[in-house]
Amino acid sequence: MDPFLTSRIVSDILGGLTNGVTYGMVALSLVLIWRSTGILNFAQGAMPMFATYVGFGLLSYHWGYWPCVVVCVVAGLLLGGLTERLLVRGLYGKPEINPIVVMVGFLIVLEAIAASIWSSTPRSLPSPFSSVDWHLAGKPLSLSPFTVYEISTALVVMIAVAALFRFTKLGLQLRASALAPEVSRLLGVRVGRLLTLGWMLATVVGVITTILVAGGGFFSGLTPQVMDGIFAYGFIAAAIGGLESPVGAIVAGVVLGIVNQFVDDFVNQNAVIIIALVLLIVALMIRPSGVFTKIAHRRV
Amino acid sequence: MITIDNLTVSFGAVQALRSVSFVAETGKITAVLGANGAGKTTLLRTISGLKDPKSGTIRMDERNLVSMKTEDIARLGIGHVPEGRGVIGEFTVEENLRLGAMMAKVNLREGLDDQYAQFPVLGERRKQHAAKLSGGERQMLAMARALIAKPSVLLLDEPSLGLAPLVTSQLMHTIQALCETSDLTVILVEQNATSALRIAHHAVVLHVGKAVANDTAANVAANENLRQYYLGLVE
Repeated sequence: MDPFLTSRIVSDILGGLTNGVTYGMVALSLVLIWRSTGILNFAQGAMPMFATYVGFGLLSYHWGYWPCVVVCVVAGLLLGGLTERLLVRGLYGKPEINPIVVMVGFLIVLEAIAASIWSSTPRSLPSPFSSVDWHLAGKPLSLSPFTVYEISTALVVMIAVAALFRFTKLGLQLRASALAPEVSRLLGVRVGRLLTLGWMLATVVGVITTILVAGGGFFSGLTPQVMDGIFAYGFIAAAIGGLESPVGAIVAGVVLGIVNQFVDDFVNQNAVIIIALVLLIVALMIRPSGVFTKIAHRRV
Repeated sequence: MITIDNLTVSFGAVQALRSVSFVAETGKITAVLGANGAGKTTLLRTISGLKDPKSGTIRMDERNLVSMKTEDIARLGIGHVPEGRGVIGEFTVEENLRLGAMMAKVNLREGLDDQYAQFPVLGERRKQHAAKLSGGERQMLAMARALIAKPSVLLLDEPSLGLAPLVTSQLMHTIQALCETSDLTVILVEQNATSALRIAHHAVVLHVGKAVANDTAANVAANENLRQYYLGLVE
């Protein structure tokens, strides 16, 4: 095979993988909230964006990258928790359109507030690692120290979330609260607190994604709309993988990222969203509950 | 001991329970009998805090349970096996049991061993998803999940529902044995009145939300006039 083509394919796979893990992270955060509360959080891109602005606002006070990241995570925990308690809790059991309208409204409000406080001009974030691509046989490889950091962080987050759910008492309670809230309460599980915790956790996953995306990923800069495009692809990945399946969301996100990269490279950039939507339609026609969803019943 | 005093529960304009009073004594089985719609399940759901009463009190020893949260009531040591069993089908047998043991201060390994000794089939299927168990096995799992937390009160809602007569008989013997070997207080809601009265010490008969009998199980079983209520022969 033509070495150039080989390096081009490798480059596309690596570039797609980098984008794909961020789609997968957004999809995972959507699934976390959907599984625990039955709500599609359309503000799942905007909430982490806001928390990231709060954390990296401290750059003005000469804080370093890592302390800012910690503040972003704490802000995400608070924002996720407060949103569930003050905005979402009254929406449980209401018609499905209600939370959709409220969360779309919340997305618009958060982006407007962020623009008014921090302006819409892209704010560059410092990067702990170089974003300059490595080269293979003289050709750029779509892989840099930053993308390795991006992929490995995403992997660590995904494994940590999976381990939390699979191996810990807290994870068992979170799963039980989502699957059978009434039975869980009868067993002494504080379901209300766990719903709040689910939103906090999902927001933190979103915050980490936003830091990676804005800090050297797609856009290299933080704007109030930084997560809009990623959210759209993350949403498509969650729908393809199945809103019930965290593994499905991640796998679909990675596959979508790689497909998008190939379409962008071999067709053109305008075809990317079209192909993504076609994939979504085909997947949903074949398996309406998502490719990886095994059990269709769930409480809301 | 659970003391229910003048308990009234409404669903809108419909009164599901009307001034119901009785005492479920420590270490005894109290059967609650009645036809469909008599208010039996509502009674258990109200004790567990899943439904707020309109008036009246529910006391566990001296503590009023009314207006407490369901999870706090459970943590006081009240185990509730709901109608339809309520096992989590997506969880394995052992995960269901682990969840049951979580809130109680019990040693998990010992608790699991105790329940596997009590219900050997659960030990054999500990890694199997609960959705794959038979009706009788699910009932055993629901019981074991409540018992692993070592409750002082056990609320059982129609445990024999959908079970074969032989399995029902085994289940009733298990409940009886549990009471005899511990100070467990059992409130047993059953449509299968004959089985329930056979093992109960005390019985309450509900008819459209009202307690029409509150006596020893032997007296209730002997009263021909009461049968029409729990057999659903009275409109």
